[in-house]
Amino acid sequence: MSNNILDINNLRIALNGDEDKQVVKGLNLSIEVGQTMCLVGESGSGKSLSALATMGLLPSVLSPIAGSIELKGEELLGAAPARMRALRATGVSMIFQEPMTALNPVVRVGQQIEEVLEFHSNLSKSERRKRVLEMMEHVHLPDIEKMYRSFPHQLSGGQRQRIMIAMALVMRPQLLIADEPTTALDVTTQAQILKLIRELREEQGAAVLFITHDMGVVSEIADDVTVLKLGEVMETQKVEALLRNPQTEYTRGLLRSVPSQVPRMARELGSQEIVLGTDNLCKTYGGKGFIKKSREVKAAQDISIKLMKGRTLGIVGESGSGKSTVARCIMRLVDPTSGSITIGGKDIANLSQKELKPERKNFQIVFQDPMRSLNPRIEVGQSIIEGPLNFGVPYNEAMDRARELLELVGLPGSAVDRFPHQFSGGQRQRIAIARALAMDPDVLVADEAVSALDVSVQAQVLELLAELQERLGLGILFITHDLGVAAQICDEVIVMQRGQIVEYGPAAQVLGEPQQDYTKALIAAAPGKHWDFANFRPFSEAP
Amino acid sequence: MLGYILQRILSAIPVMLFVALFVFLLLRLTPGDPAAIIAGDSATPEQLEAIRTSLGLNDPLLTQFFSWIGNMFQGDFGTSILSGKPVIELIAARMEPTISLALTTITLSVVIAVPLGVIAAWKHDTLIDRIVMLISVLGFSVPVFVIGYMMISLFSMKLGWFPVQGFKPIGDGIGPFLHRIALPTFTLTLLYIALIARITRTSMLEILGDDYVRTARAKGLPERYVLMRHALRNCSVPIITVIGIGLALIISGVVVTESVFNLPGLGRLTVDAVLARDYPVIQAVILLASLVYVVINLLIDIAYVLLDPRIRLS
Repeated sequence: MSNNILDINNLRIALNGDEDKQVVKGLNLSIEVGQTMCLVGESGSGKSLSALATMGLLPSVLSPIAGSIELKGEELLGAAPARMRALRATGVSMIFQEPMTALNPVVRVGQQIEEVLEFHSNLSKSERRKRVLEMMEHVHLPDIEKMYRSFPHQLSGGQRQRIMIAMALVMRPQLLIADEPTTALDVTTQAQILKLIRELREEQGAAVLFITHDMGVVSEIADDVTVLKLGEVMETQKVEALLRNPQTEYTRGLLRSVPSQVPRMARELGSQEIVLGTDNLCKTYGGKGFIKKSREVKAAQDISIKLMKGRTLGIVGESGSGKSTVARCIMRLVDPTSGSITIGGKDIANLSQKELKPERKNFQIVFQDPMRSLNPRIEVGQSIIEGPLNFGVPYNEAMDRARELLELVGLPGSAVDRFPHQFSGGQRQRIAIARALAMDPDVLVADEAVSALDVSVQAQVLELLAELQERLGLGILFITHDLGVAAQICDEVIVMQRGQIVEYGPAAQVLGEPQQDYTKALIAAAPGKHWDFANFRPFSEAP
Repeated sequence: MLGYILQRILSAIPVMLFVALFVFLLLRLTPGDPAAIIAGDSATPEQLEAIRTSLGLNDPLLTQFFSWIGNMFQGDFGTSILSGKPVIELIAARMEPTISLALTTITLSVVIAVPLGVIAAWKHDTLIDRIVMLISVLGFSVPVFVIGYMMISLFSMKLGWFPVQGFKPIGDGIGPFLHRIALPTFTLTLLYIALIARITRTSMLEILGDDYVRTARAKGLPERYVLMRHALRNCSVPIITVIGIGLALIISGVVVTESVFNLPGLGRLTVDAVLARDYPVIQAVILLASLVYVVINLLIDIAYVLLDPRIRLS
């Protein structure tokens, strides 16, 4: 009998049980006591489905058609539902990507943990409560008595994920499955959660199946790594071996696409022309109210920035730092409280929506999620020409231009007649960029424009933006939470925290030799900062 | 919480005033002279004039409006033109049958419809789901009077289980009360079962795809518990909303059912008043109906806050 907690052999999962529609094609994987296995792959690789199959929680249209999943030698595929229920939480537990949606919003978090004990143990009510509080303390939650009675929306993202972890581990299962558990969290929180998972693994001696798309996270937490592509295993290796010496071209490509944490040098200043400037821009939410004044939130304070023609200015910061508020103020999607915004030599901060209309073509935005930012019922060509038509461009001319633009962003011009759902995520983001460019803007605001994309696609879209900038002389304001992405494409970088600018300067300086503690902390928390993924070595070994 | 309720009550006042103004103008400006109805066909113009003066119908509109509002604040809703009795007495006498019917109908509907909706969503796309949907379509599409007469024909005439018509107040004993109110309740309930089951099914279907339901299953909780505690509780907002609106609809407009079963309720009172152009009664009934809506909406809002902690903050 081996020491293995989990053995997956030749697992095949298919849509509607149809052998030709396999989404997981022969997965083999085993994890020992105390081992962390990372399952890495891009979207559609089948990594989450494999995990759900292990939990017995596959959506009904998908089913395993072959193979076996054994937990400590017990076959899980085809196990009776009652047996599966008994094993969950006691033998195998799972935590999910988005702790906000994974917790029931109308049940107190303490009770949500307690439920597990209610159905899997014989503890009395007071013993259960005690055990829950212990567990909450164990995952380093503060003020546990109060937190026990809190609802999920009253906690921070990191606290919510700690609750999820407490819930998953309260029965001390042998296997913990973590499905992108830190993807929705800020870097500093991510670092803490990764540390917590490592700590608990050692303490409880559990095996961990860790699913992620992020090579940085892999380098921090994995013992072994299995790389999946479209349901097929590319390779399985020890983490160090994989990072140094990937065996397949796919893995090599994946590693090469990881944005380097080393900032690029600012390009030579081509033009002195300022395309976008703000002066003491402020945005305050709340503070109004008829009977009682609501709480005031200073989302952005005294933001003064300058963006030159053909340059990229990055704004980085964690959630709630105000970076998106700044972007929305500049786009006039929200009205700034005070300060000025100069675009094309004109202050647009106080223009009425009507006066603003002719100015709109000078500044355009690309949003995070291209699935939601393109109207699903309109052909992409129509989406692209909508803006120009509004400005009086004749239909045929606008359509010709749309075809040109699609080619410019690397799609066939004939794609104008297709609908958004007929494209992949990366293609949709290209369309969103083409739509923004259709107006010939001077300024392009990219609000987390590559955050929803797989790394390889992300690299392509970043390349595209750089290329377009070169050709069209765009000024790009690039909002991101990812320091690697910022390092890769920004000339200048602004670091924001709680609505204020903490540090502002050339990227090489801000990200390379940060002066402020907050910037230093952000950089220190970035996962995989010691690895130069693209060159398959740690930075310490760089020549 | 108390502040919130107070704020909601305050905000209802302009709504009620607006309704009052609307009701007042609507009836004054529609053709048809109540004096002529009271006096009958053979009245002389002088007699008509005398009646108009005594009713205050000759005063300027504004004067009529303010004196009407002022009187209402003193509990005087006027006197019925038709019967000469105070309006408030007429309405009070008709409240019990209507409210009884509303409560029995809604209670029965909820007890049947919510489990039906939950099961239909849980067994989505199976025979059970189809049957529930079929009942729902029937409930929506068969007119209430058709169902009513079918019920009477089957349960009263053929089987003789229930009386054909009439109402007994609950004060006469729970048995006779239920015996009389059963058929009208069954008749009305079908529509509300259809409505509530449908809403429950739709919101459950949506909620069952949510992450926290998956989490609940991943915790190894029994399916019944997942459905009831995790899914259904999160559906409570839309369900409560339809229940509330349903209740308000029944109280303010069960004209057909009351006619079919000859119940002396508000619906019948309204119909009689409209046919006789009995202004004071019509006004009071409409105002009462809007008050019912406002109060029920207030209760729904309070229920939201109790059921969903996220609403508390905003």
